[in-house]
Amino acid sequence: MFYSIISPLLNSMPGLSGYVFPNEYELHWSILIVIYPYLTGLVAGAFILASLERVFKVSALKPIYRLSLLTALAFMIIAPLPLLAHLGHPERSFEMFLTPHTASAMAMFGFVYAWYLMVVLLLEIWFDYRKDIVIWSNEKKGVVKYFYKLLTLGATDISDKAVAFDHKIGRVITIIGIPSAFLLHGYVGFIFGSIKANPWWSSVLIPIVFLFSAIVSGIALMLIVYMITSMVRWTKMSMKCLNKLAEFLLYAMLIDFSLETLDFIHRLYESEESISILSEMISSRLFISLIITQIIIGSLIPMLGLVFGRFGKLPDELRRMIYFISAILVQVGIFSTRWNVVIGGQLFSKSLRGLTTYKLDIFGIEGLFVAIALLVAPIGILWVLTKILPPWNEMGAVQKDIEKMSSSESA
Amino acid sequence: MKKTNTKLIRPEIERRAFLKNCSKTFPSLLFLVASFDVQNILANENGSYDPTQHNYAMGVNIKKCIGCARCADACKSENKVPREPHFFRTWIERYVIPEDGEPIVDSPNGGIDGFPEISEKLHIERTFFVPKLCNHCVNAPCVQVCPVGATFATKDGVVLVDPKWCVGCRYCIQACPYGARYLHPETEVADKCTFCYHRITDGKLPACVEVCPTQTRIFGERGKKSSPLRRFFKFNEIHTLKPGLNTKPKVYYAGLDGEVI
Repeated sequence: MFYSIISPLLNSMPGLSGYVFPNEYELHWSILIVIYPYLTGLVAGAFILASLERVFKVSALKPIYRLSLLTALAFMIIAPLPLLAHLGHPERSFEMFLTPHTASAMAMFGFVYAWYLMVVLLLEIWFDYRKDIVIWSNEKKGVVKYFYKLLTLGATDISDKAVAFDHKIGRVITIIGIPSAFLLHGYVGFIFGSIKANPWWSSVLIPIVFLFSAIVSGIALMLIVYMITSMVRWTKMSMKCLNKLAEFLLYAMLIDFSLETLDFIHRLYESEESISILSEMISSRLFISLIITQIIIGSLIPMLGLVFGRFGKLPDELRRMIYFISAILVQVGIFSTRWNVVIGGQLFSKSLRGLTTYKLDIFGIEGLFVAIALLVAPIGILWVLTKILPPWNEMGAVQKDIEKMSSSESA
Repeated sequence: MKKTNTKLIRPEIERRAFLKNCSKTFPSLLFLVASFDVQNILANENGSYDPTQHNYAMGVNIKKCIGCARCADACKSENKVPREPHFFRTWIERYVIPEDGEPIVDSPNGGIDGFPEISEKLHIERTFFVPKLCNHCVNAPCVQVCPVGATFATKDGVVLVDPKWCVGCRYCIQACPYGARYLHPETEVADKCTFCYHRITDGKLPACVEVCPTQTRIFGERGKKSSPLRRFFKFNEIHTLKPGLNTKPKVYYAGLDGEVI
């Protein structure tokens, strides 16, 4: 049923036009490679948001600090899967660690990923939760008790001195973590930006645009996650936190949109040999996903919404609704951005004389269902993580903070 | 009393002496092994071919190409390239440049089944065929980007893919400015022209060069007086594809038109 509805849409795309090199008829990087930068962007964005609270002491963001870390971890666990699934020989993927070709931008992926996961995310989460883990390992019963005992890694000292040390280390890791998060997603951008054969990708701005779009997507994601988790748990949301998130989201979007516009104008003004085929591509193949979805629906409308929602005189209910819708639209926009970079970069031939087309499979490893599964999986992992390490478990402290904040707001 | 003491100490001395000897022996053994050129011994066992003595390249004289695409056909047979369209190690492009308007370029099935007739109504200024293949670049972007080093440049100047090492990530396909690579549908690894490496190291010509009826393709070696490429370079104006990308191709074109990308 679903297939019969969607297949005419997918097949109605125009076919080849102009001259395309024979080996370029089929796209080599599919939907899975669209998902990969999308997921790593969310990881980097969520982490950078968490670090705002930790390093820059933005206290309004306290309610979502731990939630952001867990969200980053949940998405990080899934992030390499689309890459792995896409490989012709996934069983050989470990060769990237064993015999990395140091000149290759891609060879460093494993190391950047391992660094970020092991050194930054896991360590920071562990230090942040250590005191709670020790408490849980004493309070809980049965197997759960031993599970938490295992998680303590034998460090059961929760004296004030030890906890103060945890905080200190946590801060240091966050400070290391910020450039690492920049590295993680800037690096993903570099994988594309360094391909001189492809004029759509080859731009020094790509890693920077990737980075800012990552921050945008991460903040928007945390807005959504925070609102949904609060609604599900029937707890009061901190309006101060939401307002702060909306502000940061708006600022990040302004920078991101300016950079992308700069890139666009720069290309138009320089008007290199590829300009005519790229213009043709934008006005035909990418019109919907670039002009409509990315720019209008995914950037301009949510930016207007955020300005209106944040700075207009509105009741909190309406404000929350505007934030939520804007954040959802931002996700649509950022996904389109990834799509336009990855798929767009392969829709025109390197002969610069023709355009090809991409048909999304429905079934199969590079199909729509696998893509949806990969996008939904992190949410499932996040749910499990919040069960193991409840981010709202310092309930007393955080909830009190929130109440204090909301009471001071209403006053 | 003294005697028992030495007995007690004796095993320690032996251990120490043993370690001392080891520290002397291992480096000397390493030195001994390193002083033999192991690679050369192995190579000589396999035959007399010495890759360091060669630097292969190809010349393509566009003025001579008649677009028969026997080269593309022979390549598919020789190298077991899938017969379906869209998998080519080499192909022929036809350029039709009208008196006014944009050039029309095509390469249906790589030219193997011939080219469709051009409408008589079209006023043609000039037309020509261009054989394309991997350029075996000196600064090959595909070699640079391969994350596991499965794509590599040989000492005799050929860019090859190790099908047993390639992970199939397709980064090389994206990085090639010439569209010369494809993912082999059966082996799921990157594939491309090898200059028929199995033939040239055996003293034969690549299949495409062997079958070309007009000697459009000249195979040889750079810097060798006896190479047919020497004459090709001497009597032609030589161009390479996309020179602005600094890939330094080793497929050289004579009579290359500015419209060819």
